[in-house]
Amino acid sequence: MTASLRPRDAAEVREAVDWALGSGTTLDVRGRSSKIALGAPMACGAILDLSGLDGVLEYAPEELVVTLRAGTKLADVEALLAQRNQMLAFEPPDLGPLLGGVAGEGTLAGVVMGNLAGPRRLSAGAARDHLLGFSGVNGRAEAFKSGGKVMKNVTGYDLSKVMAGSWGTLAVLDELSVKVLPAPDCTATLILDGLDDAAAVAAMCRAMGSPHEVSGAAHVGARTAIRLEGVVPSVAARLAGLRELLSATGARLAILETLESRAFWRDIRDVRPLEARPGDAVWRVSCPPTEGPAVVARVRAGAPVARWFYDWSGGLVWLALPEGDDAQAALVRGALAASGGHATLVRATEAVRARVPVFHPQPPALANLARRVKESFDPTGLFNPGRMG
Amino acid sequence: MQMPPHDPAILARRGEIVAALRALVPGEGVIDDLEGMRPYECDALSAYRQMPLVVVLPDTVAQVAAILRYCQDAGVKVVPRGAGTSLSGGSMPVGDAILLGLGKFNRVLEIDYANRCARVQPGVTNLGITKAVEHEGFYYAPDPSSQIACSIGGNVAENSGGVHCLKYGLTTNNLLGIEMVLMSGEVVRLGGKHLDAEGYDLMGLMTGSEGLLGVVTEVTVRLLRKPATARAVLLGFPTESAAADCVAAVIAAGIIPGGMEMMDREAVKCAEAYVGAGYPLDAEGLLICELDGPPVEVDHMVERVASIARERGATTVRVSADEAERVLFWAGRKAAFPAVGQISPDYMCLDGSVPRGKLVQVLAEMREMSKTHGLRVVNVFHAGDGNLHPLILFDANDPDQLRRCEEFGADILRLCVRVGGVLTGEHGVGIEKRDLMGEQFTDIDLDQQMRVKCAFDPDHLLNPGKVFPKLRRCAELGRLVVTQNRLPFPDIPRF
Repeated sequence: MTASLRPRDAAEVREAVDWALGSGTTLDVRGRSSKIALGAPMACGAILDLSGLDGVLEYAPEELVVTLRAGTKLADVEALLAQRNQMLAFEPPDLGPLLGGVAGEGTLAGVVMGNLAGPRRLSAGAARDHLLGFSGVNGRAEAFKSGGKVMKNVTGYDLSKVMAGSWGTLAVLDELSVKVLPAPDCTATLILDGLDDAAAVAAMCRAMGSPHEVSGAAHVGARTAIRLEGVVPSVAARLAGLRELLSATGARLAILETLESRAFWRDIRDVRPLEARPGDAVWRVSCPPTEGPAVVARVRAGAPVARWFYDWSGGLVWLALPEGDDAQAALVRGALAASGGHATLVRATEAVRARVPVFHPQPPALANLARRVKESFDPTGLFNPGRMG
Repeated sequence: MQMPPHDPAILARRGEIVAALRALVPGEGVIDDLEGMRPYECDALSAYRQMPLVVVLPDTVAQVAAILRYCQDAGVKVVPRGAGTSLSGGSMPVGDAILLGLGKFNRVLEIDYANRCARVQPGVTNLGITKAVEHEGFYYAPDPSSQIACSIGGNVAENSGGVHCLKYGLTTNNLLGIEMVLMSGEVVRLGGKHLDAEGYDLMGLMTGSEGLLGVVTEVTVRLLRKPATARAVLLGFPTESAAADCVAAVIAAGIIPGGMEMMDREAVKCAEAYVGAGYPLDAEGLLICELDGPPVEVDHMVERVASIARERGATTVRVSADEAERVLFWAGRKAAFPAVGQISPDYMCLDGSVPRGKLVQVLAEMREMSKTHGLRVVNVFHAGDGNLHPLILFDANDPDQLRRCEEFGADILRLCVRVGGVLTGEHGVGIEKRDLMGEQFTDIDLDQQMRVKCAFDPDHLLNPGKVFPKLRRCAELGRLVVTQNRLPFPDIPRF
């Protein structure tokens, strides 16, 4: 059985890493394990369980910053912010159910380490854009920090950026400071029914390029959804403007009001419209928005049973394919060759994830640079070895 | 300001280095005469000057790659330079380093409105991007005050901000892709027209790395649709703390203004005398709050801001009636630096960033320091995001004043760190704040950053003498001492 270490504070995190370094034990670094099935399978000497580092340390709404410990549940942070009408603007998804677990279990730090973001990625950025600073322990068992708790900071390298999306392979974070923003008073979604993929993406791109401040643009089946958020009079005026702008598409128009709208986008955020079935591999494809339909067409040409939907105005394609031996990796990644972008194998069985690179392969010069960056934090490869391939 | 000593061996090889560069970059691309190099002897931190070893101005990526590969092989240092507008000495030459100017990379390569992005060369100016797309109603959001001159490549290096950062982010939040050349001569592309990285976010790491990691040769920026309207509200308060409270109250009310600037009484007086923007001279703290977006929203927000300000005791509340008046409200703020230049032979502009809640305390302590150091200080700042720009007034011809000014500046930045802030919000560390890095970071923090540098530039050849107070060799930084320890915190069940 694998040893499991559950530190209760930053000092114990450092102690645990120091022991791992001294004994040559690799660490499976995790928060609450909700995304443990994402990434290449690992065989680690011990588990470093950060769920004992629980709680928000500091929250000043007028400073737009929350500082929390790494094991704090995302749901707890969101509930706290909601009391003051604030939110994490990058709309962190809950991938728990998609990955075979339950909802509401993941940590905010886990979302940051995956640089995940929901539909509002388009207008508000990803987790990377909201991590202001952190403290943690590197692979030399040294406690270090970067960034801060202020909005504007260019002092030293922005290590927060490279931590976000590193899936715990660079350092063990124990404390994070994250930017928060006011939550919108109201939200409404304009629905366009009956557009094919190409027409839908064209309509979404037009909406994104309009002055109507769109904060979500998704296309599921024959339904295109464009979200507006803000104060009541503004949303009403922009909705009218958007209707006018898109009337020429010939689509039937409908409106989802606040509650319905929220539910719709929560589903998009958590990838529910894909209706991924057991035995499906799930891909997350990031590409230039206008290229989305062509990428899907190329995938469908090789896999007619594929199911898909678009978020991010066409720039994010969620794909479900029968898993087979290799999750059709060559087909999916080959479909991106002409358009640019990357495909992550978000869900597959362990056997497939062991065979297929979960993260999009990089050209040699870039892959070598990434390896050197990894070694600059974790020279002996203690943290989540092989998780990113 | 101490720079690393020049390597006599490199200086002795100057002729050979110039010849090698001429073989890589033909014609006028290599400048080695004193008069020709003079324009490059400093950047916007003009108190410090130094002639480079030689200036080289490539115009293709292949030339940049060849130059860096040559320099890596020959052990020659390189200082990259965009438009030379750095306020922290980021592109100040080094005497035994070549100066690599990217000014010839000045083309807009592609504009893609459907995907809302533009692909440009690094020498294109910040404003040049907006100029290229504004006829279609688009713009590039970050707007540093030097935007008419500063280059987008320099913006990437410095992670430049501007007055609209709180709502629209810094450079790092507005990039989609870059192409860069490493010291090895390898060309690496990060990002593109799509969002987020497939692996580590090295573009995020590059942004704000002050030219120490790689040379940017292409940038893909995100374009935004220009807000339909913008209106500014001028708010005068009888005390600075009332003005600062108003900033916090606006944000706590859920309003993120497009810009939220504060000026102290001295700054108001200078600016008013200089441009006559109609600022209230009785105000101890003046706010300019700009709201942008759809007209109906802007009207709504303007009302809310005005009423919050009145509740906080504002003695002046004026809403811009039209575009001309909005521009006039800003004219005073934008002229604040030259206006201060009218009342003092020289001034030093600082750039600390603090939690908004500490603004009043920091201002009060700064005034006390002003007495101790015997120099006046004028304050203008981006109040919305807590980014201070104190201007210390002095006379550079008086060596004692220069010394006191530097000490005063260092004390202010230490104060920023002490209250939970940072040394620099948008100007960068460069050489200016290099020796203060230890105030904010431990040796371990700095060693970790230097190890990241080693991953990009193992011989420390790129932009030497900047950012880090003392350089340690990569071999030394890479050494790892491992000691055996017992399993930690044995009081916890772990199996």
